[in-house]
Amino acid sequence: MQGGSGMSKVSPIRAVNDFVVKFANVNGSGSASANLLFAKAILRMGVPVAPRNIFPSNIQGLPTWFEVRVNEAGWRGRRGGVDLMVAMNPQTWDEDLKEIEPGGYLFYDSTKALPASKFRDDVNAIGMPLTAICNREYSDARQRQLFKNIIYVGALSTLLEIEPETIAELIGEQYKGKEALLKPNVQAMHMGRAYAENNLDWPLGVRVRRTNAVGDRIFIEGNSAAALGCVYGGATVCAWYPITPSSSMAEAFARHCKRFRTDPASSKARYASVQAEDELASIGMVIGASWNGARAFTCTSGPGISLMQEFIGLAYFAEIPAVIFDVQRGSPSTGMPTRTQQADLLSCAYASHGDTKHVLIFPQDPKEAFEFAALSFDLADRLQTPVFVMMDLDIGMQEWLCDPLAWDSRRHHDRGKVMSFQDLESGTEFGRYLDVDGDGIAYHTYPGPHPSRASYFTRGTTKDRYAHYTEEGATYVDNMQRLLRKLETAKQYLPEPVRRKAGAPTRFGAIYFGSTAPVMDETLAALESQGVHLDTLRLRAFPFHDAVCDFISEHEQVFVVEQNRDAQMRSLLINELVIDPGKLIPVLHYDGTPITARFILREIGEKLAMFNVTPLRKVAP
Amino acid sequence: MTYLAKPRLHHPELPKNKLGYTHRDYEGAVSTLCAGCGHDSISGAIIQAFFELELPPHRVAKLSGIGCSSKTPTYFLGNSHGFNSVHGRMPSVLTGANLANRDLIYLGVSGDGDSASIGLGQFAHALRRGVNMVYIVENNGVYGLTKGQFSATADRGSKSKRGAVNNDQPIDLVLLALQLGASFVARSFSGDKAQLVPLVKAAVLHRGAAFIDVISPCVAFNNHAGSTKSYDFVREHNQAVNRLDFMPTHSEITADYAPGSLQEVAQHDGSVLRLRKVHDDYNPGDRIAAINYLLQRDAAGEIVTGLLYVQPDATDLHAALNTVDTPLNALREAELVPGAAALEKFNASLR
Repeated sequence: MQGGSGMSKVSPIRAVNDFVVKFANVNGSGSASANLLFAKAILRMGVPVAPRNIFPSNIQGLPTWFEVRVNEAGWRGRRGGVDLMVAMNPQTWDEDLKEIEPGGYLFYDSTKALPASKFRDDVNAIGMPLTAICNREYSDARQRQLFKNIIYVGALSTLLEIEPETIAELIGEQYKGKEALLKPNVQAMHMGRAYAENNLDWPLGVRVRRTNAVGDRIFIEGNSAAALGCVYGGATVCAWYPITPSSSMAEAFARHCKRFRTDPASSKARYASVQAEDELASIGMVIGASWNGARAFTCTSGPGISLMQEFIGLAYFAEIPAVIFDVQRGSPSTGMPTRTQQADLLSCAYASHGDTKHVLIFPQDPKEAFEFAALSFDLADRLQTPVFVMMDLDIGMQEWLCDPLAWDSRRHHDRGKVMSFQDLESGTEFGRYLDVDGDGIAYHTYPGPHPSRASYFTRGTTKDRYAHYTEEGATYVDNMQRLLRKLETAKQYLPEPVRRKAGAPTRFGAIYFGSTAPVMDETLAALESQGVHLDTLRLRAFPFHDAVCDFISEHEQVFVVEQNRDAQMRSLLINELVIDPGKLIPVLHYDGTPITARFILREIGEKLAMFNVTPLRKVAP
Repeated sequence: MTYLAKPRLHHPELPKNKLGYTHRDYEGAVSTLCAGCGHDSISGAIIQAFFELELPPHRVAKLSGIGCSSKTPTYFLGNSHGFNSVHGRMPSVLTGANLANRDLIYLGVSGDGDSASIGLGQFAHALRRGVNMVYIVENNGVYGLTKGQFSATADRGSKSKRGAVNNDQPIDLVLLALQLGASFVARSFSGDKAQLVPLVKAAVLHRGAAFIDVISPCVAFNNHAGSTKSYDFVREHNQAVNRLDFMPTHSEITADYAPGSLQEVAQHDGSVLRLRKVHDDYNPGDRIAAINYLLQRDAAGEIVTGLLYVQPDATDLHAALNTVDTPLNALREAELVPGAAALEKFNASLR
């Protein structure tokens, strides 16, 4: 090794297929695609990876990071801590250095000598004069920057024993048909390898070994998967307003539709996607389209939900289907627009003025985002009400390794209770708000099917069972009670919670949902290995299924793990199920980074210790 | 607002249109607006226009926001689906409805508070998108339901019933509509049915965003001396640039107007607009000239009415989005769901 302070005093970390690499870059330098190439190469070698792009709200210049967790066991959550830091951003050097685990590695650009004080004696420094190499090889400033990224990927492939053929294969796929770009990229990768082979000690203690732990799993972002779910769910209208982290979902919908919804004969579109002037207009368009019989959705984030409040109340009260994807981010206000949270639970569950309550569903990863997206349109049509698909930035904008998406060919869309021309013509009584079946769901008509029997007036004001305007108190109460009945009916259509029994009987339980789920899987495995038992329940929908109440009553104490400050899910449980608050112990993570197994282990460990449960081994912070 | 039911029986010899409908078939519930309200005259003009156009009422969707004007869709086309939405947000709901089913006729009814105050943004964006619709603003410069506050179209210096003077610059929705790219722009007066009915008919058959600003005095709060939206003021200052006669495709074109003062404009569907010009220098095919003319006459204290601009070959939002001819809400599952095999292929591209 050369440059920096060389070998560390503590013994270097040794790990095969189980370590964390973090790239510290400058936003806008083209690093993200090179870093993704690095992650995909490992994946192609059959080793699961969990990459996370940690980016600023900025186009160019601010610091950005890309974290790759290499993990043969397939844990998909963020681990915390860094084994190999690829430090390409002088601005964040000091902070980045601190994050490295003792015995870890620091890969850096050694073109300009750095004083010894800039290093740690318990970290192995690996310097490579990247800038000098690029300045020598390339004359164009842009090329110098872009190829620098590929050169360090090449050098890392030598250090970590990543197969160069696999990287070349991926570059080949990326630049298919663009030979002019393909060759120099492969060359740059080999240039990095050659330097590492000749000048650096390799391989490192952490390395990749080909295996077969990926199987047929796919690598996909939640926003793309959810957008495809909308295509399969039959959505034809998307109205949206750009907001991080949901914009890429609307863009993915248009992309998928171009591929799957272009009429082969006419080349015309079997969908409409409109970028609205704001979120008020986007939800208004969704409501107008749904009222008129199209399946329609919008995708947004917390601030957009705030803007939509009045319309959501209208859709609830006038009983119009509407699908809303909330890709949650750091809040309140502009908050941390490029960071993740689960902090819109209350603002969605009770969105709008007056007595309202809405259906929420919580996918855990992109695969479930696909399934729940398709399902949400059935739910909205069946229940004639807004349905919120509660995603977050971590699910939406990160690439996840998950089981392949699946579609049952026998499945059909459930359009709910719609009166057709024949129904009306045959004289079946039509009362728009008449509860014929006793389930709180009335029949409706779309505009236009019948000259005299279909029409009714949709309004946000009070109406009777036949949609006539009224200000009669008893009629209002009758309608409000029916809406409650409808939400009770909703439970049978919503995804059931997922229960998991611990290895041995236990007094303790844990409730979690959404992107916490993959992290909880890892947490539970660690707890079990330490002899600590915890029954769990993964919530997948609101209003809560009866099984949620049963689960809580079967345990003395229940941890509620969530990614917000105010324990919003805990509040919903207490409020809706009338639970003794002392029974529900909040475990809260809300600094904008995705929750980690290390964090949950520490929190639950400390709290269990208070209940005299077998002490846990100390876990790293 | 049906406290009063209309009698179900009517004269057996009421004239019928080609579809066999009488005038009554185009009516709605009894109005609950104040007696003499300009809005009721506009409802009457809409009923007349659809009856004469011989369009089936159930193929019309009528949408509105909140306010006195937005209540009126209950009072016409009782067999049409109606949607009384959110204050100032009718345009987005109408846009969504239009995206779902391009085959219906969309009639948006709004007021000056609804469109020029709270809903100015949605008004602007629906017009600039070219949503195929008729957008009528029943403009009285005042909030009726909340008892007489000024709206954003109230003229500077005009007096409220309580004597307050409006100091703010008024928003002229017609000028805005011209600037925003509406392809059919007209202004009329609720008290002038002869002018209004043909305008509504022409707007219905126009493909694209058709906007009609109808000055409609509020008898309760804005019909006194000092108001610039009163019946008397508008009648005194009204300067019609043309008189429109509307010829649907199947009507025989007869030449019963003096040449020289007549201009014919053919629309995309073959219908013909015949303008009897009152002001010979006015050209409704020239957007820039229309804006200049309106500004000049406004400076002279005149309210210009008539068909102010029409782009007969306009296109609409569906054309811009290149959507299929079948309404999106009528596409079958097989046309919407790519299927299991396609998903397998998609999975394979992500490994």
